[in-house]
Amino acid sequence: MKKIKILLGASAIAVAGFFMVAADHIDAPAVAGGTSDITDFYAFQGENTNNIAFVANVQGLLSPTATAGAAFDENVLVEINIDTDGDYVEDLVLQAIPRNGKMYVFGPVSPSTTGLNSVIQTSAVQTSVDITAYGSPAVTATGSNGVMVFAGPRDDPFFFDFAQYSEIIAGNAPGGFNNPGSDTFAGTNVMSIVIEVPKTLIGGTGNINAWVETKSK
Amino acid sequence: MKNIKTIVYALLISAVAFNCSNDDDNSTPIEPTGINFSGTYTQDDQMGRPAVNTVFVSAASKNTFNTTIPSAQDAAFQGMFETNLTALSPAFANPGDQNALGQDAAAFTGLLATDVLNISLDGTTTFYDGTNVLTGRALADDVITVELLLIFGGEDFTENPALSDDHVDGNDKTFLTSFPYLASPF
Repeated sequence: MKKIKILLGASAIAVAGFFMVAADHIDAPAVAGGTSDITDFYAFQGENTNNIAFVANVQGLLSPTATAGAAFDENVLVEINIDTDGDYVEDLVLQAIPRNGKMYVFGPVSPSTTGLNSVIQTSAVQTSVDITAYGSPAVTATGSNGVMVFAGPRDDPFFFDFAQYSEIIAGNAPGGFNNPGSDTFAGTNVMSIVIEVPKTLIGGTGNINAWVETKSK
Repeated sequence: MKNIKTIVYALLISAVAFNCSNDDDNSTPIEPTGINFSGTYTQDDQMGRPAVNTVFVSAASKNTFNTTIPSAQDAAFQGMFETNLTALSPAFANPGDQNALGQDAAAFTGLLATDVLNISLDGTTTFYDGTNVLTGRALADDVITVELLLIFGGEDFTENPALSDDHVDGNDKTFLTSFPYLASPF
């Protein structure tokens, strides 16, 4: 019986997964469902208002069962790009890469090259943290430059009635959205990297632009 | 024929040579920690604002959008975004039609096509909270409803009410007030 439940759960997720392409989950065929598939990106003032917290989530739509076996990929670099002068070219990067159960975060640092190819800026200040295991309390670390780091599975913070949106787009829902709607992402997890950075290290004041990239080798 | 062969060989060689650039075992800068961080990492995916690739990029271009640097996205994609926006929300095709930010189709898609998140270092950080616009993205921001309102809601957020709110207003778990902010997994 338990096995049947698991199978039913898995097929429900498979069916739902086919239709889910929201936020940035499974947004493009080349990355869909892989270890470099970005699901979401957030940037907000931290609990300490002198800091900005960046959240980069990958590998969406993980069921609890799948989460227990999920891992960051050592061949995938998660890079937060920061443009401090408004030209949409990265002036600073934060580079996160896993090795042997730890997440290593370099920066913020001016990258040696901008654009589609990156090398890891190993001379930058490095902050490492044990990747939090599924079911364990969050492990965090703070680097010598004040950068705080977390890496591990978390509840997917995204919420959207994506199933109904898909019905609307497909022409099957002339009445539009339901009220209340149903959160298609309820009960699913992501692999999350949270990096909180003192504002003084990313421009200090004014406006910046940021985006997240996954890069693999 | 010979030319074709030469071209094929050239392509093969360049393909192999390209692969070699990832094979970096020879010039390995081992860090003091003894961990190997060497090699060149090549872009797979990117994201600034939520749902932009999903909603505004045509199916055949989704991979290309993910590997176009932000400074080149406006020139490459604004026209496609405007076409797809107008298809989704035909009112934008009417001259003078605007969203609640006072943007017509060209201005709105001109903002969205460069897919970066704008962040203020001086105070409230939110996608939209009724006062502040595009100063960040907080976990609890109902970004989808904001985007639906800007796409379907017209000049004052009152048009197409059945399409401009999905009526999912918050997450299924409570966020933490302290780092790392995201709720524990299910």
